[in-house]
This record gives sequence, structure tokens and C-alpha cells, in this order.
Amino acid sequence: MFDASANLKKRLKSERRFQIFCITAISFALIFVLILFLNIFSSGYSAFYKTTIAIDVDYSQVIEDTTQFAAMSDDEINKLDLFRFSKKSIYSLFPDIEDRKEKKLLIRIFSIEYEDEIKQFLIKNKENIKKIETVYLTASDDVDQVRKGNYPRDLPEERRRIKDIQLEYYDILENNGRVKYVFNIPFLTRGDSREPELAGVGGSIVGSFLTIITVLILSFPIGILAAVYLQEFAKSNRFTDFIEININNLAAVPSIVFGLLGLGIILNVFGLPRSTPLVGGIVLSLMTLPTIIIATRASLRAVPPSIREGALAVGATKMQAVMHHVVPLAMPGALTGTIIGLAQALGETAPLLLIGMVAFVVDVPSSPLDASASLPVQVYLWAESAERGYVEKTSATIMLLLGFLILLNLAAVLIRRKFETKW
Amino acid sequence: MNKIKISAKNIDVFYGDKQALFDVSMDMYEKEVTALIGPSGCGKSTFLRCINRMNDVIDICSVKGNVSIDGHDIYDKSIRVESLRESVGMVFQKPNPFPKSIYENIAYGPRIHGIANSKTDLDEIVETSLQKAALFDEVKDRLHQPGTGLSGGQQQRLCIARAISVNPEIILMDEPCSALDPIATAKIEDLMSELKKEFTIIIVTHSMQQAARVSKNTGFFHLGKLIEVDSTDTIFSNPGNQKTQDYITGRFG
Ligand SMILES: Nc1ncnc2c1ncn2[C@@H]1O[C@H](COP(=O)(O)OP(=O)(O)OP(=O)(O)O)[C@@H](O)[C@H]1O
Ligand SMILES: [Mg+2]
Repeated sequence: MFDASANLKKRLKSERRFQIFCITAISFALIFVLILFLNIFSSGYSAFYKTTIAIDVDYSQVIEDTTQFAAMSDDEINKLDLFRFSKKSIYSLFPDIEDRKEKKLLIRIFSIEYEDEIKQFLIKNKENIKKIETVYLTASDDVDQVRKGNYPRDLPEERRRIKDIQLEYYDILENNGRVKYVFNIPFLTRGDSREPELAGVGGSIVGSFLTIITVLILSFPIGILAAVYLQEFAKSNRFTDFIEININNLAAVPSIVFGLLGLGIILNVFGLPRSTPLVGGIVLSLMTLPTIIIATRASLRAVPPSIREGALAVGATKMQAVMHHVVPLAMPGALTGTIIGLAQALGETAPLLLIGMVAFVVDVPSSPLDASASLPVQVYLWAESAERGYVEKTSATIMLLLGFLILLNLAAVLIRRKFETKW
Repeated sequence: MNKIKISAKNIDVFYGDKQALFDVSMDMYEKEVTALIGPSGCGKSTFLRCINRMNDVIDICSVKGNVSIDGHDIYDKSIRVESLRESVGMVFQKPNPFPKSIYENIAYGPRIHGIANSKTDLDEIVETSLQKAALFDEVKDRLHQPGTGLSGGQQQRLCIARAISVNPEIILMDEPCSALDPIATAKIEDLMSELKKEFTIIIVTHSMQQAARVSKNTGFFHLGKLIEVDSTDTIFSNPGNQKTQDYITGRFG
């Protein structure tokens, strides 16, 4: 009696087929995400490490009695001319080299800022500088890439930037235990640089952060107020319909158009400074606003009318009913929408290119009015550079950007979970 | 017979183009329970909402005619709906406590109207309101827990307490027991006979027995018209209109 009829068998079979399709689709999506992550991670993680080479620095050649450094201010030390002294310290690794060209090649296995690194060591340890100190200097990008195995040693010499003799020096130093592979803190704290081994994302992290804060400060209050007014107070007539349609249109406008608007109006008419997080934030706010307004209106709409009626029936004014009861209940949804909007803004590149946030900026910005890069633009900038050092840094920047985005989305999910109200 | 508290004259209500009430005139008396009965969709809630102007909230709704309370026209321009609703409380069909603590549910009204001057005043208002709503003993240990965590019957009494908290003179109840079981319903009915000593109560109900038990006067609505209004005894034993007769004997509805 309960045997499956032919018709039922057919239906069950088509259900199974449907499930297989669905699972295949999900698997494809997962595989692509996995490949993307693996690819980025495998080429990017090495940017978080750098190669350093130890040299012996005889600080007593600068000042005989090295205890006197303790009395000097940082400024005074910075003003010292240690250029020749630094060079000599490096030459002392291989005292036998006489040839000027070879000396130059030896210097080139170090990053260009060796003099500064020697000074910074002095400043940091000026309280008790011994006569001879071991200082770890950043290796040049070429050496760094050799250490990381990214650089094919078996190419003919003419086709390599690093010369045979430099490789020889490096191997000797390595065998003497002078090469150390360390966590690359400056990568996270410094600004951009023409030297791949010195370039950092600190400037763009701060730039992105300042931009996002600007977006938050501008678009959160405006978005919430606009949504509350449109949803709770505005009478529905032609005019509000018109506004509503245009907010939805705004959400669909390609982001580069906002960049043009920023260029044409914010920079050229209002004359705000180019390349700054302030202008970037204003432009991105235009993009984030519709997202926030739409999300907030949806969560206002989800608050049951009985709550409004309950408040009005005890004599609350409309504004009290809305502000005391409806808005707090809609807040989790509004916050989730805001965070999703911020995440979009964080990853946005095109409008920033147009307002000049694509400039090469060495200094880490300290206010929204300083010229600055941002994470996605940094990716764009470095992705165009040929040096191997920038390639791994591009991937590492993408890793950081994805990390921040995942954190933001996680925050959105957590807020939703925590404050979800059941009716 | 008590004095007339609420007097509605020639009320027409429109939702957009659709007319929901036709020329309704009815008097309701002080410190009595007046019941409104009639088949679904006949305009009982609409009429009730005219008395505290909750229809104002609905954009498309317009009210014509005249409602006066103690002789004052409540649709007059000089009347603020907020103070009107302070004197005319409302309890809804489905319990709708705020998703806040029991205490906050009741303290809200007094607070926005500036009725309580101090924390102790407010505590006292909360306690007496809950007592009048016959809920205090059940919740006195958990005043600061969410009001939405109570049972349906308790939530409805909480809403009654919330309505009482601002010292209204009139309480409107729109099918307050329709979501409750018979025991919770009996509690609310007992409560009503207690409350009518102090308040004028207008109740919409679908239950003939309930109307018979609690009310002194009853109005019967049909298709937006007030067909008959008289003392509850007369309506149920000897109605003047055939439609009323048919409705209370269950021949349609
Ligand atoms: N917000 C509204 N918009 C449009 N029409 C409405 C609205 N509220 C009520 N109506 C209409 O007005 C008429 C009367 O409705 P009302 O709610 O007053 O009936 P009721 O007697 O309370 O019915 P019930 O017993 O089912 O609650 C109905 O025809 C209804 O469709
Ligand atoms: Mg009704």
C-alpha cells in the first residue's frame, strides 16, 4: 500500500538530481575561494619576514669614549655624519676587498638606508654602547629574495640583478652565521618606499583607518536620520517616492562616478586637499549612505506596529515613540548595515584613484588632512611594480585587507546575533 | 444612571475612499462598562480608535463628526492628542508590552508626562498600577525582568497596568481577551468590574457572554452602522432590531 508509485519514484529522483546540482555549485564556490586564499597566502606570507645581515660596528671610531653617547640628544645623533663611517663598517666584513667596484657591490647587498639603521641602533642603545656592537642591517631586496628562494640562482649572470660576486659574499655571510631571518615589523609600521625591502603598509593601514572613520562619522548619523525620517515621519507622496527611488538608484551607481563627483566638486569647487582621507571619506560616504539607509529602513519596518501603538496610546509624541522604542529596536539592523557599508568602503579603489589617493606617500599620515594611501590603492600601486619584493607585498596587503574585511563582517554577524529581538 | 462621559455624534470614518463608519452617534456613561459588539469588519475598532484619536496615526484615515469627552470636543484644534491619550488609555487585542523590563513598561508613561517627580514616586506608581491590574503579587520579585517574558494573560494585565499608570479617566479595550484562555479571561473580567469603580471602560468583544457579564450598556454595529444601543439586559433579552436578534442568537456573524 505504501509502495512508491512510478510517479513518486520520478519525483524522488529529480529531488536527488537537484541536490547534486546544489552541492556541486557550493563545491565550486568553495574551491574557488580556497584557491584564491591559498594563492594569496602562499605568495604573500613571506612579506612578513625579512633578511638581515649582521655587521660589526666600532662606535668608538665616532667618539672615543662611547659612554658619551648617553649625553647626546636623539637630534644630535641624527645630525652626525656617519656616511663614510657606515661604509667602512660594512667593508670590514671583507677587509681583503680593494677593488672599488667590488666594494660598491658589497654595499649593494644592503638596503640603501644602512647609515640610518646604524644611527637608529645608536639612538636606541645610547645608554650603554659598547666599543664594538653587532648591528643587523636590512638586506637589499635582491638578497632578500634569494634568501626566500624566490630568485633563481641558476640564471646566467647577465639576466640577474644580483651578481655572482654578491651571491658569493652572501653565501660566505650565511655560512658565518651572520644572516638572520626576522619578522618584518617595519612592513606594518612604515609608509611606502621606492625600495621594495623598505616599503611598508603602515601608511595605508592608517590611511584606510582614517578614511573609514570619516565615512562612519559622516554617513552613520546622516543615514540613520534620513532612514528614520523617511520610514517613520514622511508622508508618502510623489516627493518622498521620488527620494526613495533615487536612494535606491544611488546604491546602484558605479563607484567610479562618485570619484568623478569628488574630483569635480569636493576638490575643484570646495578646494579640499587632494589625496587625503577626508576627501576619500566624503566620497565613500556617498556610496555607503544608501546601504545604511536601506538597511536601517528595512529594520525599522521590521519593528511591529504594535510597539508604536503601545507608546502612542500612553500619550508619547510621535518622536518619543520612534526614538524611545522603535529606533533602539532597529539599531542592531542599522549597525549591521553600517558595518557592511563600511566593509564595502574599505575595499573600494576606483573613486580613490580619481581623487588622488593613489599618490606615492612615504609618510604615515597623522590626520585626515594628510596625503595618504589606502590598502586597496596600495595593492593597485604595488601590483604594477615589477620587483619581486613588491609582488609578495601586494599579496601580503591583500591578506591584511581580507583580514580586516573578515573582522568587520564577523562584527556584523556578532551584533546581529547578540541583539536579535524575538517577538 | 451615571452622567454621560463620552458623546459621539454623527461620526463618519473613511479609509481613503472607503467609508467604514456611517453616521454613528452614541453616548457612553461615566464609571460604567460599555460593550461594543458586532460581526467582524463592522467598524468596532474603528469607532473605538476615534475616542483616543488613534486613527490619526493612519495616513489615509479621516474622521468626520464630533466626539466630546466631558463636553469638550476632542477633535478641536486646541486639543493635543498626547494629553488626550493621557486621559484615554488603550489596551489592544494582542498584548503589546515594550521589550523592556516590567518596571520600565509601566514607568514609561508617567516619565514622559512628568507625573513622577522622584524615583520613590515612580516606584509607587509602578506598584499601585500593578496592584490595580491584579498583577503585582505575581511579578513583585521580578520587576526588572523583561515584560515579554510573562504569560499572555499576565502580559495583557501588564498592558492594562501600563494604561492605568498615567491616571486616565477612560480605558478603551479592543478585544482584550481574544488571545487568552478562559482562566486568564476570567481574571481580566474580574479586574474590569474592579476597575469600573474608578474608570470609564469601553470594551470591544466578540463574546456575547463576556458582554453580558461585564457591561451595563451594549452597542451593536453592523456594516459600519450602529444598529442599536441600549442596556445590556435589553439587548440580550429583548432587542429592538431584528439584526441584533439574529446576531446574538448566532444566526449570522
Ligand atoms: N488601516 C486600515 N486601512 C484601510 N481599511 C481599514 C483599516 N482598518 C480597518 N479598515 C476597514 O474598516 C472596516 C472596519 O474595520 P474595523 O477594524 O473597525 O472592524 P472591526 O469591527 O474591529 O473588526 P474585527 O472584529 O475583525 O476586529 C473594515 O472593512 C476594514 O477593512
Ligand atoms: Mg477590531
